[in-house]
Amino acid sequence: MTDTLISLAIIFSQLSLLAFGGGNTILPEMQRQVVDVHHWMPASEFSALFALAQAAPGPNLMIVTLVGWHVAGWAGMLVTSVAKFGPSSLVTILALHAWDRFKDRPWRRYAQMGLVPVTAGIVAASASLIAEASNPTAIAWAICAFTAGLALKTRIHPLWLLAAGSLIGLTGFGQF
Amino acid sequence: MILDHKGALKNRFAQSRFGANLQSLNWKLSEMDHDLTSATADRAPTPTLREIFGGFLGLGLISFGGALPLARRAVVEQRRWLTGAEFTDLLGLCQFLPGGNVINLSVAIGMRFRGVPGALAGLLGLIAGPSLVVIGLGVLYEHTQNDPHVRHLFAGLAAAASGLLISMAVKILLPLRDKPMAALIAALGFIAIAIMRLPLLPTMLVLTPLSIYIASRAAR
Repeated sequence: MTDTLISLAIIFSQLSLLAFGGGNTILPEMQRQVVDVHHWMPASEFSALFALAQAAPGPNLMIVTLVGWHVAGWAGMLVTSVAKFGPSSLVTILALHAWDRFKDRPWRRYAQMGLVPVTAGIVAASASLIAEASNPTAIAWAICAFTAGLALKTRIHPLWLLAAGSLIGLTGFGQF
Repeated sequence: MILDHKGALKNRFAQSRFGANLQSLNWKLSEMDHDLTSATADRAPTPTLREIFGGFLGLGLISFGGALPLARRAVVEQRRWLTGAEFTDLLGLCQFLPGGNVINLSVAIGMRFRGVPGALAGLLGLIAGPSLVVIGLGVLYEHTQNDPHVRHLFAGLAAAASGLLISMAVKILLPLRDKPMAALIAALGFIAIAIMRLPLLPTMLVLTPLSIYIASRAAR
């Protein structure tokens, strides 16, 4: 149990400091660690937790809390949350002053611009890995494509799209 | 809380997206600042710890599908803790640093007003509500996952959630289409993570300096 908690602490504090461009960049690494390295759950279960977290309110990456809780109960949730939110918050506190001081330095802009394509590639990887694990059937792929299309082309609120997908799923159509 | 403003709902539908396209959102926000400067120049008095906690608690509980658009509304328009320009500048920092944008924002705003206790109040306020909700959902899921109806429902939910993630990836990728070097970096990142399944740390340690170097060359 203690070993699990220590592993959780190490994994999520590392992820915390690598989450450039928001939470979704660390999704593949989280999946790799949780599913492939530590075998805490299969990829399909990881996707289910991701989907649950997306249906909940709040910041983007509540899956972190859910993974900690799923792996090691309340202690796991606490350790994971502190590890995930602590280090990046500490960096924010320390950077607050420097940010104002270096406001007009060109490197600040270059660094910001340079991070964009890296983030983009990793978020795309994130989407591909999660989609692969979330869509075992043709109908699931159809829901996935339909949702992605609507989210891109319309201004329908994401929560309605999640609700629609759940309802189509509930009918059991195309599943076994 | 959502319905008390006339345009609020419309606003929310117009702005909220799954996550946020960092660049275009930033741009949109700075555009909005021009309209809002006059209305928000008068700032509210420095919030107390309790107000910081309460403000972010409310924000955490009502923000579905990414908290950023609502964060701006709560912090700038409703509570008047920051002016529009201050918000945009602080958001720039929060997007630049590792960690979720709104999570960093709660820390930065709390820190600015009340130091480290304020930062803690903001962060805990933001994640306390959603943590409990998400664990409630988790308990529900574990108790009912063997029911075929629930399994079907979750299969649909997971499929839709992955679709939203794809739409977000597309939105971030589209601006790169006429920047070949940036697109190449993105492609390398994709191959390393999704296809070769390399760990994130070495991937970022190689690609980030390279990408920053390319960005600085392109800007000259």
